[in-house]
Amino acid sequence: MKPEEIIDPANRVYARPRLLTEVNTHYCPGCSHGVVHRIIAELLDEMGLEDRAVGVAPVGCAVFAYNYIDVDWVEAAHGRAPAVATALSRLSPENLVFTYQGDGDLAAIGTAETIHAANRGENIAIIFINNAIYGMTGGQMAPTTLIGQRTATTPYGRRVDLNGHPLNITNLLAQLPGTCYVTRQSVHTAPAVRKAKNAIKKAFENAMAKKGTSVVEIVSTCNSGWKMTPAQANEWMATHMTEHYPLGDLKNE
Amino acid sequence: MAKIKGAVTVNKERCKGCNLCVVACPTDTLSLQPLEVNDRGYHFAYMSNPDACIGCCSCALVCPDACIEVYRVKLD
Ligand SMILES: Cc1ncc(C[n+]2csc(CCOP(=O)(O)OP(=O)(O)O)c2C)c(N)n1
Ligand code: SF4
Ligand code: SF4
Ligand code: SF4
Ligand SMILES: [Mg+2]
Repeated sequence: MKPEEIIDPANRVYARPRLLTEVNTHYCPGCSHGVVHRIIAELLDEMGLEDRAVGVAPVGCAVFAYNYIDVDWVEAAHGRAPAVATALSRLSPENLVFTYQGDGDLAAIGTAETIHAANRGENIAIIFINNAIYGMTGGQMAPTTLIGQRTATTPYGRRVDLNGHPLNITNLLAQLPGTCYVTRQSVHTAPAVRKAKNAIKKAFENAMAKKGTSVVEIVSTCNSGWKMTPAQANEWMATHMTEHYPLGDLKNE
Repeated sequence: MAKIKGAVTVNKERCKGCNLCVVACPTDTLSLQPLEVNDRGYHFAYMSNPDACIGCCSCALVCPDACIEVYRVKLD
């Protein structure tokens, strides 16, 4: 059978999600952000939450997330997404409120907002894109940068004596009584994408069921900042990042 | 046993030539265009070995730009 005979709407098993806008994203080729956007767009449609979803976009490479996923969004000041989400979910408890944040946004400038929203058990889902770097501003060290990892501000590799330890904030969040579901996922292979989608689905369900704060860390890549090809970055992530940020559920109540 | 045959379409203008679909494909169906580029200068992905496709969706699941649609038929 020739491709022309197979390519027919009746045989379609995967289509571009309806809730992704037609805009081309500004993300670098191969960036994990795009994969996670696609998963969120698929889920909001499949779960029938298009009209009830409110995302809170970060400062960081995902600052334009509101241009790409066709639901309601609020753009927060750097790191303040969980505080904005707190207000949104308290004022409109019928809505699904989720934040989408990078590691600089969530674990550096926004650490206080993140920890206190989770500790209060706000009924929100936090999608945390940990690429161990400040992607947007040119690849500087983040609190999450691994020991020995080269960045624009640690050209010889991160050193504990000079730069401190990588912050595993997801482990911290799992300790808080306000969190109901805390998990670490990745999107570098097809099976990983399927698992990450299930995890984000559970986080959205928990937020709708008012079970408290859910945190889904996606251990991600920034191939531009890491100065690798996208495929190399995926491999580097799978070997090095998951050592310090092991994949799997930390809490599921 | 029923045989599965697949085919994919790649939105050539949306593709950024990241190569992740090529790496993810278990049947070596896909390649990046070696010479041709799209309007934005990217060597876009295409089915270089269309007979091999099994419609497994791996390529579509890893594509950061949602360029790929997947089709599948069962042959008896
Ligand atoms: C108040 C404030 N401080 C600093 C900045 C500069 N800045 C922009 S994005 C960013 C960090 C982004 O890193 P991350 O959150 O990890 O997102 P990524 O780009 O890696 O996805 C910083 C420090 C800013 N825009 N506003
Ligand atoms: S700089 Fe890094 S995080 Fe930002 S779009 Fe490029 S690859 Fe993605
Ligand atoms: S559907 Fe599967 S076999 Fe076909 S091109 Fe995509 S990854 Fe390869
Ligand atoms: S994964 Fe998507 S953007 Fe990357 S080369 Fe394949 S089709 Fe193009
Ligand atoms: Mg980052």
